[in-house]
Amino acid sequence: MSIFEYNGSAVVAMVGKNCFAIACDRRLGVQLQTVATDFRRVFKVHDKLYIGLSGLATDAQTLYQKVVFRHKLYQLREERDMKPQTFASLVSTLLYEKRFGPYFCQPVIAGLGDDDEPFICTTDCLGAKELAKDFVVSGTASESLYGACESMYKPNMEPEELFETISQALQASVDRDCLSGWGGYVLVVTPTEVRERVIKGRMD
Amino acid sequence: MAGAMDLPPKGGFSYDYCRRNAMLADKGLKMPGFLKTGTTIVGLVFQDGVVLGADTRATEGPIVADKNCEKIHFMAPNIYCCGAGTAADTEAIWSARSFNFTVMQLVVNHEFYQGHVSAALVLGGVDVTGPHLHTVYPHGSTDTLPFATMGSGSLAAMSVFESQYKEGLTREEGIQLVADAIRAGIFNDLGSGSNVDVCVITKGKTEYLRNHQLPNPRTYVSSKGYSFTKGQTEVLYTKITQLKPKVEVTEGDAMEE
Repeated sequence: MSIFEYNGSAVVAMVGKNCFAIACDRRLGVQLQTVATDFRRVFKVHDKLYIGLSGLATDAQTLYQKVVFRHKLYQLREERDMKPQTFASLVSTLLYEKRFGPYFCQPVIAGLGDDDEPFICTTDCLGAKELAKDFVVSGTASESLYGACESMYKPNMEPEELFETISQALQASVDRDCLSGWGGYVLVVTPTEVRERVIKGRMD
Repeated sequence: MAGAMDLPPKGGFSYDYCRRNAMLADKGLKMPGFLKTGTTIVGLVFQDGVVLGADTRATEGPIVADKNCEKIHFMAPNIYCCGAGTAADTEAIWSARSFNFTVMQLVVNHEFYQGHVSAALVLGGVDVTGPHLHTVYPHGSTDTLPFATMGSGSLAAMSVFESQYKEGLTREEGIQLVADAIRAGIFNDLGSGSNVDVCVITKGKTEYLRNHQLPNPRTYVSSKGYSFTKGQTEVLYTKITQLKPKVEVTEGDAMEE
């Protein structure tokens, strides 16, 4: 079994019209046993920037704490929040420092940048950034997520439609993956509000 | 506990997870795959300068992770570099710039990384002495050539170059030949695909033709698309947080005494 499949995870982010959505599953497992069904993988960095971390849960939590620490230092020095592009470079650098003994994590970064332009990107566990204009996926269910998002995604969706699409894509994909699922957290962020929803899924 | 507190490090690699990862590998947990750029990258020298070309597919094992990634990186206004191999390594090498780049690359790849950093580069540029094209291999060796190909699609591309390259190509012929070579890689090599990026560097002017050719358009899009009715997804609870607009502090007048 690969180190990535130890805990099981699924994270996806999609771009809509002046908004973005980021979603993750809720299962935490130890190989084939389920240990928790309310585990959060998507974390807030600041009001308009979120990071989802798939892979080994312990590395995800450590990396999140380091990243938040660096962001808080940045806020103190610069007296403003980090832009998503800068944040993506920060995460990439933090991961690449551990090139020969990496964190077993694949972050998905989603935020609203200048002029509330949505920005999403993912990196592999060494920090190679992949920007995308439509959607990014990571986790054990990533292959199914690629397929589901590729067919369900449409550009310029409004927040409500984007919520439905990302939820259906997530559900369809995790239902084909034993290691992830048990519901989902979906956050839809627009320039004026954040809607966080817990969705009901198959509990098997 | 000075070592444990993470002041932002000064840079360079940190090896503190190596022992833990080795222990996990011993327990039978396999290391994850890294994002590789399977790739076809090419370069050739024509009469006025250098043309570089690359495909745009990034793979993670057998899966295409990015259908339109950028493999031609800016080094200086007159020097561009294409990278093949582990994507994080090529991006890291690209961002560690130096003025005397080729020499530094040789030293860094050979002494420091010793081939562990799996990055193969095609680097081209134009300076006062004329156009130059170099290739750098993961272990640190370099070549200076009139035309070069690297990556998993390099054999397909080299076959095109070997049959059609000649000295003194014009700009249009150079771009056409580079595009043909990349297309050979895209259609014959599984690790390369999607679109053709081209970069033309001449004395005083550089043109980066991103997505110069798109020979693989997406044709299977459903005309109706998926549409989900509102409320189709079952929601357990919703939390709405209004985002407050950030308060701007502007300079005010000094208080009067």
